[in-house]
Amino acid sequence: MTEVAAAAPAAIVGRSLWGDAWARLKANRAAMVSLCYLILMAIVCIAGPWFVPHNYTTIYSDYVRTPPSFSAYPKAEMVQGALDDVLKRMRVDLKDWKLEDSRALVTVTATRPIDERYLRYIDRSDTFDDAKVEAKSADGLEMTFSAAVRQQYFFFGTDNVGRDLLSRTLMAGRISLSIGLLAGVVAVVIGVLYGSTAGFLGGKVDEVMMRVVDVLYSLPFIFFVIMLVVFFGRNFVLMFLAVGAVLWLDMARIVRGQALSIRRQEYVQAAEALGIGARGILSRHVIPNLLGPVVIYMTLLVPQVIILESFLSFLGLGVQEPMTSWGVLISTGAKNIGTANWLLLFPAFFLVSTLFALNFVGDGLRDALDPKDR
Amino acid sequence: MLLYVFRRLLTAIPTLFVIVTLAFFLIRVAPGGPFNQERGLSPEIKANLEAQFGLNDPLWVQYLHYLKNLAHGDFGPSYNLPDFTVGELFAKGLPISIQLGASALVLALLLGSLLGTVAALNQNKAGDYSVIALATAGSTIPTFVIAPIIQLVFGLTWKMLPIGGWGDGAFVNKIGPVITLALPQIAIVARLMRGSMIESLHSHHIRTARALGLSDWSVVVKHALRGAVLPIVSFTGPAAAALLTGSIIVETIFAIPGVGRYFVDAALNRDYTLVMGTVVVIAIFTIVFNLIVDIMYAVVDPRVRYD
Repeated sequence: MTEVAAAAPAAIVGRSLWGDAWARLKANRAAMVSLCYLILMAIVCIAGPWFVPHNYTTIYSDYVRTPPSFSAYPKAEMVQGALDDVLKRMRVDLKDWKLEDSRALVTVTATRPIDERYLRYIDRSDTFDDAKVEAKSADGLEMTFSAAVRQQYFFFGTDNVGRDLLSRTLMAGRISLSIGLLAGVVAVVIGVLYGSTAGFLGGKVDEVMMRVVDVLYSLPFIFFVIMLVVFFGRNFVLMFLAVGAVLWLDMARIVRGQALSIRRQEYVQAAEALGIGARGILSRHVIPNLLGPVVIYMTLLVPQVIILESFLSFLGLGVQEPMTSWGVLISTGAKNIGTANWLLLFPAFFLVSTLFALNFVGDGLRDALDPKDR
Repeated sequence: MLLYVFRRLLTAIPTLFVIVTLAFFLIRVAPGGPFNQERGLSPEIKANLEAQFGLNDPLWVQYLHYLKNLAHGDFGPSYNLPDFTVGELFAKGLPISIQLGASALVLALLLGSLLGTVAALNQNKAGDYSVIALATAGSTIPTFVIAPIIQLVFGLTWKMLPIGGWGDGAFVNKIGPVITLALPQIAIVARLMRGSMIESLHSHHIRTARALGLSDWSVVVKHALRGAVLPIVSFTGPAAAALLTGSIIVETIFAIPGVGRYFVDAALNRDYTLVMGTVVVIAIFTIVFNLIVDIMYAVVDPRVRYD
């Protein structure tokens, strides 16, 4: 008898289930494109911030709400403005200036002798660099200096304190995606453990455990989340662990239902009749058959968590400045649509396209893993 | 039937009681209090304020006091908006939220059912796919993205709608918020309707109706629709309760003076009475609409009987 049990065809069935699912997933073009898009998005968000020349917290005070552009900043007319600003700080008057190659040649006058150390103000500005005295009049009231014009690229523009939106959007993607995964994994782990325990033990234990789930379900979800914010403060890692701990309810129900129905299947009864213990049934039959729904639910859970995170950040309860997430960026964007619509459009595009891709992958996985459901 | 309604309303009282109790103690367990946020409040003044509102009494005394007032329909004063009682705040904001929510609900039910039916009648054809695409978009794009995009496109670029504000209930001011509220619901209703309509169209009585030579219109509208509408009815209960009690996102973005914001603001400011008021209002709406849905079931499906 034990020989039959050892030779149970579960291993072959298991492989063919996943091989089969993969083949079906590959045939689903929307899901495959979405999967590639998600991988690309993850790589761009993880690696991108190292390649963007701007740090996501660097403030360029000369470039507040600069529109997105593929050509380099500063534009010709902006140099004048930046120069006026910096000369005001130096307390000198502009006499004449011109652009030569990539350097600005500036002549200034003042009522008092000009200290050369004032040129530091030039270096400190975001527009100029490497200031050098070219000529100075004998009385020191007039000076000519040259300074390199710093070339900056803001492909996505800058936000309303002058931070590069591209690096912020990518950084936000890192946070949003990792929070989605983190809270998703927490929810799945709790849900699977809870649901499979209830489903596997059955009887009174199951009854009590599911009644607890029902009670938690009946409380308004937003009330729950806000109470968590109130308790945990605005420590966002802790909070999203907590959010994950709230979202496990669906998972627990699904897993319990599956575990119950799998236990009643004939092949499980056959295995029991062959004398296989609870552990063998669990590892050979219950867990492989549970993996499908768990994987599907996980892909659908991640977008939910990302939306929830964005929603909380939108209300100002989630991720706090200077750290950022797509929700934070969209909330800033929504407040500035009149003057700087790119602040809304770029993060919204990143968020929505990611959500779409996750949904398509989830649908594709459902079709691939659960052909009965089609 | 009347007896059933009466019984259901009676069982609602213990439910409400449990919700009120749970919410009361949960918000009290949270650290902080309503007068902790204001800076520069001297301890004496704070103590006076707390004494005035009875916050120094033992918790169970406060709880009994609150229950007694609630039973008389008195929600108490708001701690953070001291010129108003919670009742006054709701009297002002709730009609606005209800107007928007009800319009969005009606729009979602009509348009969603229509789209779902169209999709079901053209199953696996272009019409079906476009409805599915729309439904996917509607349920994927979050409200806080849709709302500013509507402001940007219709308010700023085309200048067709005001960007926000209530404008004393002018029609144009409601269009943006109502569409934002309705879009995700349209997506859900269309999906539900498509699924149940396909099922209904495949059932025996429809085959019989077709065999008897009834027109397409009469088959779909008189016979298939009736069977298909049940999932929509059960969706309407919770959806109505959620929509009518206001949406924080929509009310914040469009600057609408409804009640959607109260919950979050009140919980963060530990405005205990306002939090409790919101919980009670949401609970009452949920209970009432679930009851209406159950009655509707009996109306739509004669097999369902309550006695």
